[in-house]
Amino acid sequence: MTVPLVSYLALEPEPHLVAQECAGCGARYFDRRNACAACPGTDFRPAALETEGTVRTFSIVHMAAPGVKVPFVAAVVDCGGTRVRANLINLPADPEHVHVGMGVRLAVYSLGADDQGTEAIGFGFEPVKQED
Amino acid sequence: MSADSIWVLGIHMTKFGKHKDKDLTDLASEACLGALKDAGLTMAQMQVMACGNLMQAATGLGQQVQKQIGQYGIPVFNVANACATGATALRTVMMAIKAGEADFGLAVGVEKLSGAGLLAGGTRKETSGEWRPNGRFGAVAPLDGLVGTETMPGVFAQVGLEYEHEYGGTSAELFARISEKNHAHSTLNPLAAYQKRFTLAEITGDMMIAYPNTRPMCSANTDGAAAAVLVSGAKLATLDPDQQRRAVKISASVLTTDPYEEGCQVLPNVNTLTRNAAAVAYEQAGVSPDDLNLVELHDCFATAELVHYDNLMLCPPGGAVDFFESGAPWRDGRLPVNVSGGLQSKGHPIGATGVANVYEVATHLRGEAGPRQIEGARVGLTHVIGLGSACAIHILEKSA
Repeated sequence: MTVPLVSYLALEPEPHLVAQECAGCGARYFDRRNACAACPGTDFRPAALETEGTVRTFSIVHMAAPGVKVPFVAAVVDCGGTRVRANLINLPADPEHVHVGMGVRLAVYSLGADDQGTEAIGFGFEPVKQED
Repeated sequence: MSADSIWVLGIHMTKFGKHKDKDLTDLASEACLGALKDAGLTMAQMQVMACGNLMQAATGLGQQVQKQIGQYGIPVFNVANACATGATALRTVMMAIKAGEADFGLAVGVEKLSGAGLLAGGTRKETSGEWRPNGRFGAVAPLDGLVGTETMPGVFAQVGLEYEHEYGGTSAELFARISEKNHAHSTLNPLAAYQKRFTLAEITGDMMIAYPNTRPMCSANTDGAAAAVLVSGAKLATLDPDQQRRAVKISASVLTTDPYEEGCQVLPNVNTLTRNAAAVAYEQAGVSPDDLNLVELHDCFATAELVHYDNLMLCPPGGAVDFFESGAPWRDGRLPVNVSGGLQSKGHPIGATGVANVYEVATHLRGEAGPRQIEGARVGLTHVIGLGSACAIHILEKSA
């Protein structure tokens, strides 16, 4: 059995992210909603995001709380006009290998199994163009 | 002076730095007593008080300070508003005076942060024995480090590189040079926590915290307090000429939050709420960015200072890199920015910051800044931003 790291990561049929879209104004969110922050709407519908996008901004984090593996690349990825917070993965965490505007695509990986044998699946974005 | 105007009558800040033997009450009391003395008044004349502190916000600190410096039964507003906490205390007192409930009021901000380290993203625990969805994202594990970063250096690094994405022209070295400027400025400020000039190589070669921010490019966690006594224009007109001469007019006081925009809940948008606050502040004060003689803006990280040149309209949209490259924000430039040394060297005791930047500007407008005086300063602007978000801008003017 597998569970996604977050409820907005759908694993089937292919891994993709699902935003909650306000039925009134189209604003998109990833968290549990009480109402819309952009209009008076309270109705939401699921909206599947494109799995490819571009890096809008990033930082290479070298200092973090104990237990967080560093360095890692934190980023905001623009997926067809919807911005997503994610790590950039499957690339070296140095400024020579990451830049704003680079093309990336969703990738998932195992976070390991818990005591009951359930496997958690994490996600990140990897470069579309792999280096040789 | 118009009757409904509001003025800084007295203002004081403690030295920022390590104050091992002083608690919050000691530091706040020192700032309050200093501001009252500077105003030529006593606590007995205060009619309202606001006390800003973030990390111990639930402790009724304003009352604790009153128990040391004067209990006269006046209302206290204990406020917390992220890094805009001190400015919010100031604005709270202003609103009480504006509402006609008081002629004199005292605003104080204080924090003890020495040795605090990272202030966010510290929530990660060892994974428990079961992957169980939790919280608003249905997360089965703490997300910091797995889904981006919650650390402030990392968030503000992304704010800076987002500017690169929008306009281009930045580099890791450019951000480091902004920090070089502020550390150079700090050498003239005896109240700054650090007064050390760094070479560019020392800054870029220091410990990387969150690219492109190295350690000297991050605000310094320090202890400190700052306080201001405010007075209505009507009351000021009855005070003696020397008090009137040294009074500094608060021409604008604005507090904003971030309006909804695509992506603002993914990475905090520190730009729009600052632009909104700046637009209202310039209109309230009847001044334009060209009229400013100095600016103290929220350089919590070197990457943040760059975007605020633009947000505060010190340059045309997209022109922040050119503004910096022109030398304008150096203390001998066209529009000096952070001549105090800024948060990177003066220090950033969160609750105090939004009063301390008013202290800096007011001191220049009074012509009392000593070796770091910006000659002929008549109009200045202060800016703070707290993530969440809250932005406060004050425009100050020398009395006629």
